[in-house]
Amino acid sequence: MTYIAKPRLHHPSLVKNKAGFTRRDYEGAVSTLCAGCGHDSISAAIIQASYELDVLPHQIAKLSGIGCSSKAPTYFLGASHGFNTVHGRMPSVMTGANLANKNLVYMGVSGDGDSASIGLGQFAHIMRRGVNMTYIVMNNGVYGLTKGQFSATADKGSISKKGVANSEEPIDLVSLAIMMGATFVGRSFSGDKHQLVPLIKAAMAHQGAAFLDVISPCVAFNNHPGSTKSYDYVREHNEALNRIDFIEGREEITTSYDAGTLTTVQQHDGSILRLRKLGEDYDASNKVGAMTRVQEGMAAGEVVTGLLYVDPSPKDLHHHLNTVDAPLNTLGDADLCPGSSALEKINASLR
Amino acid sequence: MKPTDIANPDYFHKVVDCQWACPAHTPVPEYIRLIAHGRYSDAYMINWKSNVFPGILGRTCDRPCEPACRRSRVEDETLVKGKKEPVAICRLKRVAADYKDDDIAAHMPKAPEKNGKRIACIGGGPSSLTVARDLAVIGYEIVIYDQDPKLGGFIRTQIPHFRLPESVIDEEVGYITGIGNIEFRHQRVDSMKAILAEGYDAVFVGSGAPRGRDLDVPGRKEAAANIHIGLDWLSSVSFGHISKVGKRVIVLGGGNTAMDCCRTARRLGGDDVKVIVRSGFEEMKASPWEKEDAMGEDIPILNMLVPKEVTHKDGKITGVLFEKVKAEYDAKGRRSLVPSGEPDEHHECDDVLVAIGQENSFPWIEKDAGIEFDKWGLPRLNEKTFGSSHPKVFFGGDAAFGPKNIIWAAAHGHDAAISIHKMLIGEDPEDRPAPGVTVASQKMGIHEWSYDNAPTIDHRLKVPHRPKQEALKDIMAEVELGFDPALAFKEAQRCLNCDVQTVFTGQLCIECDACVDICPMDCITFTDNGEEKELRTRLMAPAMNPTQDIYIGNDLKTGRIMAKDEDVCLHCGLCAERCPTGAWDMRKYYMEMTQAEHACRKQ
Ligand SMILES: Cc1cc2nc3c(=O)[nH]c(=O)nc-3n(C[C@H](O)[C@H](O)[C@H](O)COP(=O)(O)OP(=O)(O)OC[C@H]3O[C@@H](n4cnc5c(N)ncnc54)[C@H](O)[C@@H]3O)c2cc1C
Ligand SMILES: Cc1ncc(C[n+]2csc(CCOP(=O)(O)OP(=O)(O)O)c2C)c(N)n1
Ligand code: SF4
Ligand code: SF4
Ligand code: SF4
Ligand SMILES: [Mg+2]
Repeated sequence: MTYIAKPRLHHPSLVKNKAGFTRRDYEGAVSTLCAGCGHDSISAAIIQASYELDVLPHQIAKLSGIGCSSKAPTYFLGASHGFNTVHGRMPSVMTGANLANKNLVYMGVSGDGDSASIGLGQFAHIMRRGVNMTYIVMNNGVYGLTKGQFSATADKGSISKKGVANSEEPIDLVSLAIMMGATFVGRSFSGDKHQLVPLIKAAMAHQGAAFLDVISPCVAFNNHPGSTKSYDYVREHNEALNRIDFIEGREEITTSYDAGTLTTVQQHDGSILRLRKLGEDYDASNKVGAMTRVQEGMAAGEVVTGLLYVDPSPKDLHHHLNTVDAPLNTLGDADLCPGSSALEKINASLR
Repeated sequence: MKPTDIANPDYFHKVVDCQWACPAHTPVPEYIRLIAHGRYSDAYMINWKSNVFPGILGRTCDRPCEPACRRSRVEDETLVKGKKEPVAICRLKRVAADYKDDDIAAHMPKAPEKNGKRIACIGGGPSSLTVARDLAVIGYEIVIYDQDPKLGGFIRTQIPHFRLPESVIDEEVGYITGIGNIEFRHQRVDSMKAILAEGYDAVFVGSGAPRGRDLDVPGRKEAAANIHIGLDWLSSVSFGHISKVGKRVIVLGGGNTAMDCCRTARRLGGDDVKVIVRSGFEEMKASPWEKEDAMGEDIPILNMLVPKEVTHKDGKITGVLFEKVKAEYDAKGRRSLVPSGEPDEHHECDDVLVAIGQENSFPWIEKDAGIEFDKWGLPRLNEKTFGSSHPKVFFGGDAAFGPKNIIWAAAHGHDAAISIHKMLIGEDPEDRPAPGVTVASQKMGIHEWSYDNAPTIDHRLKVPHRPKQEALKDIMAEVELGFDPALAFKEAQRCLNCDVQTVFTGQLCIECDACVDICPMDCITFTDNGEEKELRTRLMAPAMNPTQDIYIGNDLKTGRIMAKDEDVCLHCGLCAERCPTGAWDMRKYYMEMTQAEHACRKQ
């Protein structure tokens, strides 16, 4: 590619966050994705969210599979840990990494092909295990990297660039994630950072399995009239149920809203989610209600977005497995190999 | 806000900060690119057309373009390892002059057949020479009068040759007289009426501001033999009438004339030369680089000292007594200098050079010549046309609005020439011609542009100087040696190509945010429309500089607007590279001021 590197010059008002970094410090290598690809916008939203959360770049691990979307982690958080797995296998690698060192912030980045086709089994299992992570699917309804074949999330009746209608039922990753036990589930759109950035921040602060389905138009293969994942279609059919404001720590709520329009959810780590009602009443803490509303939306041809489901007190993988407090990779020989007398004791208990 | 009217030539002209700030509106980035390409002659001709004296100005210009240069707003001190600095626009101009081809004269126009009209120019300085050039190329016959033996005005008689070698003046004056139909009369003009009586079709007064202000303190008369008016002293040095000065010299005044006096004195035997100024260091009129050069030649600058008395013994000067003052500000923030109460300071010296100001004087214009003057002795002029109350008489340069500089003199000359031509072809001089604008996309391929769009983070380069000892020994030895081609290339690469404009077409935009995400300067925002003041606060980054416009694009499907803060744009083209639909394009706006030749160009 002949893109010039993004110049290091920056706006004079650029400020450092509490961790001592500017937003530009959270960028990665210059993107090689197609100009206008939604994935690049999601990368920018991840950069913004990481900056606003004051996270130290070296405390984030970003993992991905195969696809244009899975290439994206190269283009953000250049100073963070990264792992590019084989196709569809990111969840198992992330599960292992999280088991070994639970102190990192885990971010899984995948595509609809990577997660809903070849990786569907792994997707379901990482959600039910409750791995503490933010799992983002950059959902464009096609296999972008292999030139635009319909993926398993393509809507029935959506028209391909060549003019053929998709005849198969779509897999809805949001419904699946809620059903499988994810404790923070949202949907957003690459073209709406006002909605997306706070969602990513809240998901990163969530201490359990967080999943975000982000509709991300593929400008090369799926942004034409007749596609249900184009910029225009998503804008026309976007049905945002709420807006969230993410507040770190226990800061006071200063803005006043009309009674009944604001729901406050305090997450386990102390962070506060303020959910602003946009239209209908919607209760994001009701799992069954959430699944129903999402399915209704699908049937009506709506793209339902917002924070769809949240359990503020999630239980994660380490809780289920009852691991020790210290990250496993910090345990020394003495902890891991307590000696023959300990073995004797265990054996005795089994006799 | 209303959508931006980019068809108005001023809109993008203003984005090219240097060109907008240049009184003659020289197309700076275009000539800088040509220098980077080694096309020195082409770079020279662009300058020659706009500012007439590239070799002279490339050494001496007051460079109003440089404080305006965008580079000094967008550099990051930590990256350039120094302070934010503009591109060395002025000294790059000299590179074009130094390295142009030998046959450059062949590029210059020749006078066409005479049109039968005759113009008199009083004074042979840069303003008159500009009028002469602009009018000679379209057939006028020009007569230039000057009391000094050679053309050039103050450029020749005041600016010391260690800053501006005489050969450069000869060369560039020669390109003008070489056009043809320009006659020089070495003659002092004593009567405006007499000139008018000669039947000229128009008269241009470019006689400058030739009188240096004198010192009025006790002892001035008694010590007169060793007290010199800076302007007269410098011209005497220039003509070779003076070649020595005392060992201890005091220069009074804080402007550029003072700087030239002190540096000249250092070369004529002054070992202990100091500049003593009434005001504080920051408020001095001299340009920062002039002060720097003087101090670099071991000349201290003493501030807040007002001359009170010249001390003398046996008819010979012994020194100057100064009262110490301090600045005081009234409720409106106006400054006045009041005695500080500290004891007076006495500085010994052998000679005093007085450089405390310069005045206009028109003793040769008769009261009843039909030309009105205001109470400050300046002619009453139409600021657009430079016409006086006499229909045939125009003014320009220092004679028009008081002492300025060479580039303003050239700019006045262009404007006066347009007025004279319009008047003589029966058009209204008030009706000013539009600038010539050509627009061309710079796109060559998917990620390829016809200009070098990657901004460098190199810091400003210094022009090499002659070693001090050597420079101080010879008053004719030019101090600055100029950039060589390698340094010039490196400095040229610092230019951000502000004339390659980001042009937005709303109908093509799909609002994918690609430009917003890639822009290194956070210039671009898609948002709801609003009033400018409020809108400026809620962009991707606040638009803090109200002197720079916000570019508003409309026609977006969501009904939002595109708002781009022109202030800090690097013209890197990344927005256009990232745009999937070509809604952004990088287009070069080449803007040229119209001169007398095309004075009929309509607005
Ligand atoms: C010491 C000094 C240093 C300067 N350095 C710089 C610099 O570095 N850069 C810069 O941009 N500017 C500089 N200037 C200012 C610059 O020289 C002038 O602004 C500029 O030359 C003005 O041009 P002009 O066309 O108005 O006329 P001038 O250059 O002033 O020329 C006027 C001419 O008219 C002649 N004249 C006047 N009256 C008559 C008459 N009655 N009959 C015949 N001839 C007459 C004068 O002798 C003179 O030659 C400097 C000025 C001084 C004094
Ligand atoms: C095991 C294996 N099977 C098939 C492929 C070919 N392949 C590469 S990317 C891809 C689909 C990617 O689609 P998605 O995850 O939606 O990413 P996108 O490019 O759309 O962002 C496929 C099938 C592969 N690389 N590896
Ligand atoms: S092919 Fe599609 S998904 Fe891949 S980079 Fe291009 S626009 Fe993005
Ligand atoms: S960067 Fe170049 S074009 Fe821009 S203002 Fe400076 S000199 Fe002019
Ligand atoms: S050219 Fe475009 S991308 Fe570059 S600084 Fe200007 S607006 Fe931003
Ligand atoms: Mg895909």
